Amino acid sequence: MNNKAITCKDLTKRFRDFFAVNHISFEVEQGEIFGFLGANGAGKTTAMRMLCGLSYPTSGEATVAGFNVFKQQEEIKKNIGYMSQKFSLYESLTVRENIRFYGGVYGLSDKQLKEKGDELIEKLGMQQEAKMMVGSLPLGWKQKLAFSVAIIHQPRIVFLDEPTGGVDPVTRRQFWDLIYDAAERGITVFVTTHYMDEAEYCNRISIMVDGRIDALDTPANLRQQFGATSMNEVFYALARSAKRSAD
Amino acid sequence: MDTVVLENISKSYIKDAPPALENVSFSVKKGELFGLIGPDGAGKSTIFRILTTLLLSDAGKATVAGYDVVKDFHQIRSCVGYMPGRFSLYQDLTVEENLNFFATLFGTTITENYALIKDIYEQIAPFKNRRAGKLSGGMKQKLALSCALVHRPEVLFLDEPTTGVDAVSRQEFWDMLKRLKNEGITIVVSTPYMDEASLCERIALIQTGHILSIDTPDNIVAAYPGKLYALRSPKVHLLLPDTRSYEGIRQCYAAGEKLHVAFKEDGKDHPAQLLTYLKSKGHQTVAIQEIRPDIEDCFIEKLSNPK
Repeated sequence: MNNKAITCKDLTKRFRDFFAVNHISFEVEQGEIFGFLGANGAGKTTAMRMLCGLSYPTSGEATVAGFNVFKQQEEIKKNIGYMSQKFSLYESLTVRENIRFYGGVYGLSDKQLKEKGDELIEKLGMQQEAKMMVGSLPLGWKQKLAFSVAIIHQPRIVFLDEPTGGVDPVTRRQFWDLIYDAAERGITVFVTTHYMDEAEYCNRISIMVDGRIDALDTPANLRQQFGATSMNEVFYALARSAKRSAD
Repeated sequence: MDTVVLENISKSYIKDAPPALENVSFSVKKGELFGLIGPDGAGKSTIFRILTTLLLSDAGKATVAGYDVVKDFHQIRSCVGYMPGRFSLYQDLTVEENLNFFATLFGTTITENYALIKDIYEQIAPFKNRRAGKLSGGMKQKLALSCALVHRPEVLFLDEPTTGVDAVSRQEFWDMLKRLKNEGITIVVSTPYMDEASLCERIALIQTGHILSIDTPDNIVAAYPGKLYALRSPKVHLLLPDTRSYEGIRQCYAAGEKLHVAFKEDGKDHPAQLLTYLKSKGHQTVAIQEIRPDIEDCFIEKLSNPK
């Protein structure tokens, strides 16, 4: 047993002769904010699906929240939260109904649902909006609500797939305040983004190129290693070497 | 006359809800590369849909290539190219079939304007017999652009062509746009990525249906009120709340590995005083340096002080 949120050794996913994920190895500490970067088509989504218990690896080993990705997919699903920019909340349910629905899916009791729901609505300052359809909320509010719902069951790890795409620069930063807040409460954050400034907000980041992890370190160390002044330059240096065409 | 003109365009989708666009006016010169920069929900797609005659505005007037978007919709449809935000080609047709289809619709052939799309189409030509639905995201984008260009339009409308696209592919896409501009095509392009603003000749910053400002990227940066500083420290995240608690601060937010800070007044001693204050809070190794604002800084400033 270990205290790592994620361990991954030679994790591989092969579709016929195509290595979507090619022997990746890394570990994520509990409470860490881990940025998972890579160009389109580098294999991020495939790797994330395996870690979330949605797809079986071809070979290798991995544990998420201490559970084995081959044998304990259902346990993994109970112990993680997931949010993506593309799909998060039901637009035609109210704020409170969404909280009830997701809390129920994550196995909270009625009593917990009520308590957690009230707490969450108050924390987000959405008392006025609790009975409004989510579809009528501004995007930034939706994203903050979606994130709070994704961690309503206090998972050990939350996976965020481009959570801030298209969000305005002020709201984007408020979103990161929520991420830090969750990390301080011990929740491990595993996040993908195309905004390179956001890579800097992570404790450590990995950069995938053609199915492999070609770089993994703190943002400061990576900048130093690549002699770059910004994460953007690091990303360019690595992604330019990609042989695979996008997506 | 300018190629694209909007005068006081307003549009509401839902009664009683805030309008999607409110009194939006701007114009785009012939041959210009014009950017609409703003987050989701700003109204960018609504502008495109009105200009491409797919949606009627509630009020105001707009023309494209001299044609009225209501009266002359037929003429507009044949002289503009439009790449919507969502992939809208026929998934069941092959790459080549899609391109042929759009060429036929516009009464032309692939060969007639091939020079224009050659650079782009050659990159996907090896897959010309593949169904569009089976293409990768980057290739879909190139096919959609080829289809939007096949009739050599006067004006090209591109709605968030780089959203969700990685940093390297985004740069390649902007290189393609520059080449098209040099062919004399007027381009209106939208993006939520503030760093792409500097690649346009002029931009409109837009948020919740209102234009915040319109100018060249350089002029927008030059109009930033006061000085902007970057703070660096090994523990930037801890530095943020403490810097915000300093009384003379107007703006303070994270910007990658730095904090960006603007003072309420630009006194000469203010940076040094801030450092002293931060030292008293336990931040020993903070460096401060005046920097040139970028478009994102200007956007944040406009959001907090709309007028």
